[in-house]
This record gives sequence, C-alpha cells and structure tokens, in this order.
Amino acid sequence: MRALDIKLLSDLVRLWAQALAIALVVGGGVATLLLAVGSYRSLDETRTAYYERYRFADVFATVRRAPKALVDRIAEIPGVAAVDARITQLALLDIPGQTAPATGMVVSLPEIGEPKLDRLYMRAGRTPDPSREDEVIVNENFAEAHRFTLGSSFAAILNGRKRDLTIVGIALSPEYIYAVGPGDIMPDGRRFGVIWMSERALASVYDLEGAFSSVSLKLLPGTSEREVMTHLDGLLDRYGGRAAYGRKDQTSHAWLDHELDMLNNMSRTLPPIFLLVSAFLVNLTLSRLVSLEREQIGLLKAIGYSNASIVLHYLKFVGVITGIGIVIGSLIGTWLGSYVTGIFADFFRFPFLLFTKSPDLYVAAAGLSVSAAAVGALRALREVVNLAPAVAMQPPAPPVFHRTLPLSLSLAGLVSQPTRMMLRNIARHPIRSFFTAFGMSLATAILIVSLFTGGTMEQLIDVTYFLADRQDVTVSFFEKRPREVVFQIARLPGVLNAEPYREVQVRIRNGHVERRIMIRARSRGAELNRIIDADLQPVILPESGLAISGMLANILDVRVGDTVEVDLLDGERRTVSLPVAALVEDYLGIRGMMDQEALAKLLREAPMANGVNVSLDRNRQDEFYTAVKAMPVVSSLALQTASLATFRDAVAILVTTMSSIYTGLAAVIAFGVVYNNARVSLSERARELASLRVLGFTHGEVLRILLLELVLLTLIAQPPGWAMGYGLAWIMKTNLAGELMRVRLVVDPATYVFASATVIAAAVLSALIVRRRVNRLDLVAVLKTRD
Amino acid sequence: MTDKVFAARELTKTYVSGETKVHALRGVNLEISAGEVVVLLGPSGSGKSTLLNIMGGLDHATSGELSFRDLRLTDLDDRGLTSYRRRHVGFVFQFYNLIPSLTAYENVALVTEIADDPMLPEEALALVGLEPRMHHFPAQLSGGEQQRVAIARAIAKRPEVLLCDEPTGALDSKTGIRVIDALMKVNAELGTTTVIITHNAIIQEVAHRVLFFSDGQISKTVTNEARRAVAELQW
Repeated sequence: MRALDIKLLSDLVRLWAQALAIALVVGGGVATLLLAVGSYRSLDETRTAYYERYRFADVFATVRRAPKALVDRIAEIPGVAAVDARITQLALLDIPGQTAPATGMVVSLPEIGEPKLDRLYMRAGRTPDPSREDEVIVNENFAEAHRFTLGSSFAAILNGRKRDLTIVGIALSPEYIYAVGPGDIMPDGRRFGVIWMSERALASVYDLEGAFSSVSLKLLPGTSEREVMTHLDGLLDRYGGRAAYGRKDQTSHAWLDHELDMLNNMSRTLPPIFLLVSAFLVNLTLSRLVSLEREQIGLLKAIGYSNASIVLHYLKFVGVITGIGIVIGSLIGTWLGSYVTGIFADFFRFPFLLFTKSPDLYVAAAGLSVSAAAVGALRALREVVNLAPAVAMQPPAPPVFHRTLPLSLSLAGLVSQPTRMMLRNIARHPIRSFFTAFGMSLATAILIVSLFTGGTMEQLIDVTYFLADRQDVTVSFFEKRPREVVFQIARLPGVLNAEPYREVQVRIRNGHVERRIMIRARSRGAELNRIIDADLQPVILPESGLAISGMLANILDVRVGDTVEVDLLDGERRTVSLPVAALVEDYLGIRGMMDQEALAKLLREAPMANGVNVSLDRNRQDEFYTAVKAMPVVSSLALQTASLATFRDAVAILVTTMSSIYTGLAAVIAFGVVYNNARVSLSERARELASLRVLGFTHGEVLRILLLELVLLTLIAQPPGWAMGYGLAWIMKTNLAGELMRVRLVVDPATYVFASATVIAAAVLSALIVRRRVNRLDLVAVLKTRD
Repeated sequence: MTDKVFAARELTKTYVSGETKVHALRGVNLEISAGEVVVLLGPSGSGKSTLLNIMGGLDHATSGELSFRDLRLTDLDDRGLTSYRRRHVGFVFQFYNLIPSLTAYENVALVTEIADDPMLPEEALALVGLEPRMHHFPAQLSGGEQQRVAIARAIAKRPEVLLCDEPTGALDSKTGIRVIDALMKVNAELGTTTVIITHNAIIQEVAHRVLFFSDGQISKTVTNEARRAVAELQW
C-alpha cells in the first residue's frame, strides 16, 4: 500500500466519528431519494401490472335494465376492445355480531369461465357453483375485517329479501383496490364489502334475466374515451342509463391514483430538499475539515509530493467518506423503500408486488453527493495547495479581527470577553456563520415539512366532520323517493333530527374545462349537512345558484357571480347555465351544492330525496339499525364516527409512517450538521481553548465558549427555519392538492416547537459528545507550538 | 525571604510512551520563597519544563510531593488544579497564546473577569508599558508587545506566582530585554514570585537564584549575591 493511502486510512480512523457524522448526512439525503422515488415507482409499476394482468376496464356505466342483446352493439362501438356486462347492486348486509348494517356491492359472475374484464385474483377458495344461490366470493378486506373464512356466512338484504350467503372464495379485484363504500372516504372492510355471486342467482333476485345493469369496456389504444362514452350513453339512454364514466371517475382508481400522485409529489418535493441540504452541508463541513490539514499538506509538499497527488489524496479522503454515506443511504433507503412499499401494498391489497430497481436513482444520488463533497474539498485545497510548503507548514497568521461593538460598550463591561470572542468570530467569518445558521435553518425546515401533516389533517377532520357534515348517519336509497320519506325516517327509533338530500350527477363546464360531479341539494335551514366557506362560517344558499368547492372553482377558473354550464345526467338530460353563488371550503372531492327547491325546479320534478342525513340518540342506535335493516328502500348506510375512525387509521398508516421516517432522517441530518460544526470548531480553536484552560477556565467555561457561537447560531437559525419550513410545507401542500383531497395548510405551534426542539436536542447531544474532547485537550502540547 | 511558596520533595515524573519510559524528573527537591526570582537553565529534555508544568498545575507528578504554601498540589485532581491555576498562577509562554479575536485590553479582561481580586486591565497594561496600545488586536502588535500583553494578562489577577516558559524565546534581544524588564518590574512592585525557564544564560544574572537542570535533576544551584539590573543586560 502506498504511504498516502496508509495516511488516508489512519486519517479516517482518527476522524471516524466526524466521518461517520458526515456520512450520515449524505446517507440521509440519499435514503430519502431512494425511499420516496423507489416506493412510488414500485407501487406504480405494480398497479400497472395488476391492471394489465387482471384486465381492468377503461369505461364504466350503470343502467337500470338493459337487454343482453345490447352487448353486441356496444362491442361494435369503434375503439372498443372488450365488453363485460354484469349485474351490480348495492345491498345492506346483516353481519353476525354487528348491529350497524354494512353495505355490500353485489356483482355478478358469468356462469362459465372468467369475467372478460375486471378479473378476480383468488386468495382462497373457489368460484360459486352457478346452481347454488347462496355461494359467494367476498373481497379480502371485508373478510379479514369480519374474520370470515371459507364457509363463514352472513346475510344480505337483496331486493328487500334477506338471504343467507356462504363464503366459498376470497378474492381481490383491480376494480376494488380501494374499496370505498358509498359516502365514505377510506376503505373500511367492516362497513363495506364486495360480494360476487353467480349471475343466475342475482338475475332471478333482481328480475334481470337476460339483462344487465352495469357494463365495463376495454378500449383499444389511442381511442377517444369521450367519443366511446357518448356512443355508449346513446345506446344506454333508453334503458335508464346513467352517464358513462372513465377511470378518472372510477372510485377505486381515482383514489389509488390520488394516493400514488401524493407519493409521487412527495418524492418530487422532499428528496430534492433533503439531498440539496445534505450536499450543501457536506460541502461546508469537508471544506473546513480539509482546511485543518494545512500543515500536513505543507509537509507533504515539502517532502516532494506534487500538488496533483495531494489533491487526489484528499479527494480520495472525501470520496471514501461520501462513499460510506452513499452505501449507508442506499441500504437504508432501499430497506425503507421496500418497507413503505409493503405498507402501501398491504393497505391497497395488491396481489403481488413488483420492486423496481432504479439504478438511475443511485447514480443521481451518488453523483450529487460526491460532487458536492468534491467541490467542498477542492475549495479548501485550492487555497492551501497554492501556498509555499514553508508557509503551509506554519499555521495561518493570526487573523485580523475588528471591533463589532463601539469602544464605549467594550469599556462599560456590558459584554463579557467570551461573548465578545464569539461575536467577533461570527463577524470574522460572516459567510461561514451565515451558512452554518442556514444549514440549521434547513434542518428545522425539513423537520417542519416532515411534521406539518399532523395539524393539517386535524384541520381537515375538524372542518369535514365537525363543521360541515355533522350527521351521525347518512341513509341512502336505491332510487330517489318523494321527499316525504324524511318523515318516515324521522319516525324511526332514536332519530333526533332528519334532513333529506337530493343528489344528481352532472357535468359542470366552463369553456373547455369540464368535470363530472354530484350536486347535492339540501333544505334551506339544514343543520346537519352545512356549507362552510373559506372563513369557516356556515353559508346560507340563495334560492337559485350553485355553491361549488373552492378547488372546483380553481379548476374551472370561475369566481362567485360567474356562470357555469351544467349537463344534468339524471332523468331528463338537459344542459343549463347556473350562476356560482358561493365557494365551499371542503377538502375531499369536488362537488356542487344547491337549495333543494332550486334543484327540484331545475330537474322539473316534485321534491325528491336520494337519502336522509340523520342525527341519532346514541343510546338507541341499535334500535335504529334494526329498523333500517327492515327497510327495503335503503341501499346503504354511512356512519360518520366509523368513517372518521377509518380516516384517522388510514392517515396514521400512510401519512404518519411517511412523516415519521422523514422526521427521523431530518433528525439525523440535524445531528450531523450540529455535531460536525462543533467538532470542526473545536479543531480550529483547540489552541485558543487550551490557552483558556491554562488561564484557569474550567472545562465547563471552555465548553461554553466553544458552544456559545453554536448556540447563538442555532437560535438565530430557528425563526428563518420556521419560515422556510412553512414555505416548503406550502409548496408540498400545493403539490399534493388534488380533486379528491387537498388540505388547508395548518402548521401547529407544536410542530414548530418540536422541529426546533429536535434541532436543539441534536445540538445538545453533539455538545455532550464534544465535551469529552474538550476535557481531553492537551494543555501542555498546545502551548509548545507556535501560533 | 523565608516565606515558603513552593516546596518539592523527591518529585518524579515518568512518561510512558509505548514500551519506553522517559524519566523527565528524577527526584527533585526544591524550595522557593515568596518574591523570589528563580531562573531554570538546562538543555532541552533536562526536566525544567516538566517541573514548571507541574508547579503550574498543568501536569501531574508521578511520585513525590509538591506543595504550594499549604496546598499539596500532588494531591489535587483536575478540578482542584484548575481552581489553583485560576487563583494563584500567572503563565507566560514562548508563543504568547493570546486570543486573536480580543484586543490587548480584552485579553487581560478575560482573566480579570474570573479572578477574585484583580487589578484593572489598564493598570496591568500600564505596568508593562502598553497602555497606549491597549485597544489593538494581537495581529496589530509586534512580538514583544504581544508578550507584554501576555505578561499583563498573567499578572492582572495579582497571582502569587508567575511561571514563564521561555518568555523571550521568540523575540530579538532588544525586545527580549523589554520583556524581562517588565517581568522584573512586576516582581519588584507586586512581589510576585517568578520562575523563568530560559535558554538564554544572560537572563540568569537578574535572578535571585539559578537552578541548573540536567537529566531530570537539579545539578547545581547558584545564588546571585548581587543581581544585575535589566538595563545592564546584553545579549
């Protein structure tokens, strides 16, 4: 081994703690990139493969009752590759041991062979025997939530008649990856299940022999979805068809897309911040570390080493440190990536998981880290290497300091000498001090970015569940009912308040921008289901006009007072113009709201209701559930408390896991920054500090002098760190905002406190480690060398 | 001069470096009285710096006893030695060891702020003739001036002993004489017991007593019946 390489090794051994701290900072940056981008890519790839292998459809439509003969005509629509016609119906489920009825989506299976589209992945069991009316397959989420196994049974109210069903298979479907029940936001296997049963059985129950009520299409590549849907609507219209929709509006796909989008956005926002911060810090630290090698560099030159070989030696030095960081980061990032992918895959219940290897990511992360480190080292080397060996072997001349305070202050003794030393040191190295503080601000900022979701989610929950939708239960009907149905519901046991709502599917448009939404109409003084504006105040709707989600207003680029075009997709299909009367502050989905009289007038119908919002006497809710189960008109029941609980669980799994990981990585980076800073300062000022010890300063006093600067910079760094954190959180929030979910940025005071406390804790921890070194300062040796 | 400041008995110091042992002090016996100026002479490695470091509380003896008045330095731990240095000892080193970020005045104030009964920094600087330049930073002072700041800093807390390790080692003769002059002036005016290590044999002439070191022991002691005035020194 060459002598320089031996020196390299012994330098690394000597500086192992610092080298490790720097490597951890590098590793933190690299890990974040691999984690975020890697998990997004794996999940995206997995979804694509799942969709392909199990033939997830492109276009969907439901119809009241269409003859099977229509299927051939649908298949003839240009661009249609495959058609799958089925029977699908909602049904209330009566689960043993659960008083609240759950909701089921009952889907027919063909008599022979597999469905043409949206095929099932069988987890266990078999397909139902077509001759057996009671055999069903259920989705895994539902089965697990109720601890159902093959052979378990439960009851469903099918077309008003209660039937006992026996589970013969447990399956997954690309159509119900995100299996959300009506009125819910998050999949909840306890409340919602998908039930596949033989077509023959279902057709006889719903009187749909030779007919279908739902159709899915697979399109040829390059086909215009819009044109196919127009054709399809034309064919289905006279059979009571509801407007066809694409994947974008398919619940499971839309939510999955949103979640993956969120991951993707996170991977585009957080890792670059982390990576840049770590690159920047590594650059700063290594530059100072190499500066400390000045005398050794002088010596090497004196004994005849060329500049090139010295530069190479130090590049190797930083290369090894960065390399260790990249290896640590790659291992941790890959491991965390597969862990997170696993959590998401579990949550979505993918039947298989494709881990994507992303060599480009490793190259990008490694390249950035290595170049940042090399640039830092070269910056320091340029200064030192150009010195004559004799000069370099001497420590640098005492730096020239200047007063930072007026003479009068200095004489008044207002500022102690250690404080003065600290202030002058900062003033003497303004750029370094600035960047040190900046580094710590960034550490605080990335902690805030990792943590802000908590407060933001609580705000979402507050507005959604406690300000806007305050009902306990939403009862939905299969078909719209005369509004008087509310009196029937109000008479049920335990009902404190009942408010009907009417819901209609529309396409809303301004110019070329169009979205498919629901308009929900509610009574004037509705107390349960309220409209909340941007000031979080309830709004009373005018007699005509439409209130729309603020997000929708942005998408359509309309303001209050503007007019939008609305295609009514229910009953008599018409296109009308409606003024935008108010903007709604909501965070989930995009929608419209209207006064019920106004909507009835628009639909040219007598007042109708699709469902009723109910507030319940908790003590009598079981009686209420029993009564509802006996009502054949009820298609589903959504429970607010259950919905909130699942929402919190899902947030806990997805958001909290991610933010805990990022917080951990941010904390590592914060520690690396502070520790390296303290260590390099100690090396740079060892002589000065030893002199103070000789003069009778205690260990504590010397440590205080060493850390005073760091403490001041750490504290100064906090407010800008908060501001940057807020700014970055705002960017994240804006990037993450989608039609399905968005948030209003709320950063809790506790988040700022926690972020700063973590950085300060990192500072304290490094102080404790550095204290041991201060205690070991060699007083005698330091005095024997020239300043 | 019978007031005893230091008393050493069979003081030894052995450094272990790898498998070799270096006997820096081999049983030194010594007494130094209050107000005395003692010069330590001897070749490099003869043990004089080791003795000075142990007397100053910068190092521990391996065996033997060393007392500063009633305080047994050889029994003190690190904390005790720090407090001893803080209260009783002033140091002057070859390379000044000033804090570059503080002015002359502030370097002195650094010590007066933690001392029990210090003089004013300007007083200390006046004693070494540096009052006019007290608001200069070390980088703006000559070597001799820096060393006089170091002396001012060492004496500002009115220490009982002043320990100087080659105070003129980095200076030319003219500047060196000014520094010795400052040390003698402090000794005369404050009665500070002063121990000076030097390679410059001329300086011995200003001392009350000269101790010659060789091989870790005091090989010879010379008491100057008549001390020379600093102005008469030449080297």
